[in-house]
Amino acid sequence: MILTYKVQGGDFSNAGKCSSEVKKVLKQLNIDHKIIKKVVIALYEGEVNIVAHAYHGVITVEINTEKIKITLKDEGPGIPDINKAMEQGYSTASPIVRELGFGAGMGLPNMKKNTDYMHISSEVNKGTEVILINYL
Amino acid sequence: MKVADILKWENTKILCCEESIANIITDGYVSDLLSDVIAHANENMAWITIQTHKNIVAIASLKELACIIITNNNIPADDLIEAAKQENIPIITTSMTSFDTAGKLYIALHY
Repeated sequence: MILTYKVQGGDFSNAGKCSSEVKKVLKQLNIDHKIIKKVVIALYEGEVNIVAHAYHGVITVEINTEKIKITLKDEGPGIPDINKAMEQGYSTASPIVRELGFGAGMGLPNMKKNTDYMHISSEVNKGTEVILINYL
Repeated sequence: MKVADILKWENTKILCCEESIANIITDGYVSDLLSDVIAHANENMAWITIQTHKNIVAIASLKELACIIITNNNIPADDLIEAAKQENIPIITTSMTSFDTAGKLYIALHY
């Protein structure tokens, strides 16, 4: 099963919509509750990252009997230093985004903690692709 | 305890989703950082915060929280209430601080 969602940069009012729809599907598929929880945390953070940092992006969720693979691909400013971005507490979020309670520098570490595999590739001024895998 | 028990406290008001006041509260979480809540809150918790924008409803729904308690007389945005109605998340406001609200909730849950 493959699900695809479009995410618009800056559209905070719809942030979380993709995560919520994916959660419903995973529940219907009777996926282990603990795995759903982890996937939802990682996916929500990834979705918010596109909203907070990119111009627009596409989230693809592939589900089969052995794994859930999520690909978050955006067009945006990219990440100049991925290692730095992975540090807990490091954030380049704008003051407005921070006021909303986002941009605490916890997003990427949360994604890493809640997935079995995570890979980020990014090109400055072009965009970022994040791949997340949870094995079932 | 239930969400309805919180409404018996002075200085609390429910702004929406009275049909969900029978929601069970087993624990609480106090945070204004959304990444912290998405990572650490669990189902049936009452979430105490000063955030007032509609993204908190999305988080409460994803994490299956019992209710959101907005403290310190902060007034939620209108679109938050609309979102909460759709997701059936009770929104309670109080004049108490987050500290006092958490203290009251802790006593109610554990004593």
